[in-house]
Amino acid sequence: MSELRGVIVSHAAVAQALVAAVTAITGIEGALTPVSNEGCGSEALTERLSQAVGRGPAVLFVDLPGGSCLTSSARYAKQHADIAVVTGVNLAMLLDFVFHRNIPPAEAARRAVDAGAKAIRVTAA
Amino acid sequence: MTLALYRIDDRLIHGQVVVGWGQPLDVSFIVLVDDEVSGSDWEQDLYRMGVPPHIEVIFASVPAAAELLPSWEADARVGILLVGDIDTAVALAERAPQVRRFNVGGVHHRTGRRERLRFVYLTDEEAAKLRQLAGRGVEVTAQDVPTARAVPVAEFT
Repeated sequence: MSELRGVIVSHAAVAQALVAAVTAITGIEGALTPVSNEGCGSEALTERLSQAVGRGPAVLFVDLPGGSCLTSSARYAKQHADIAVVTGVNLAMLLDFVFHRNIPPAEAARRAVDAGAKAIRVTAA
Repeated sequence: MTLALYRIDDRLIHGQVVVGWGQPLDVSFIVLVDDEVSGSDWEQDLYRMGVPPHIEVIFASVPAAAELLPSWEADARVGILLVGDIDTAVALAERAPQVRRFNVGGVHHRTGRRERLRFVYLTDEEAAKLRQLAGRGVEVTAQDVPTARAVPVAEFT
């Protein structure tokens, strides 16, 4: 199985910042590709997605569970069997993902959701 | 209240609409007028995902929207009406004389369009359609978020 690519789809420069943070923490480069919806209609964003995914397989990490980033990503994934979509991207899920990219996209997506959710907590005062 | 915003936005329901406009207007319902989306359960589920549960989302074709517009205008709650392109806006305005204004909130780059504003790209034909819409008494402005200036149609077409 070819190694999964991660594509972060976000508003403004959130995706670029997350890629930079993952690289700074892990030293892993090339596993994640940022895509911004800045200045994009749905056609242009789909084109950016297509270029970022390449031949796939891939997991698309979307910032919000709704809106233009999600609608374009979900439509793209509907047309490609080897693409999974996760919403609510955070740094914790990406850090886990880059070390676990030899599994099917759907499994990687579920794993990322678990890792991301575990990182959201209220700390003790 | 009424429909507080009539908006042309090719992203339809997204963050600027739900949060940027929805919060300050205290919106309780969003009407998405699109012939294709109104016929697709899958597309409707996708757009509903981006909306908090306390906001109702109504999907309508252009003919259905023209028929139901008076009831939305008479609704006690505050609503937003969305269309995805200029042709849909024009078609709705032609069928529904209650349409008195349209906010151009996002029409993005595509082959044949050129930049008019940072968030508005239009072909010459689309620009002419907006001017014609304004000529029929519909107030047409461009404004992406509530804190921005509403740019009159003559300044960007």
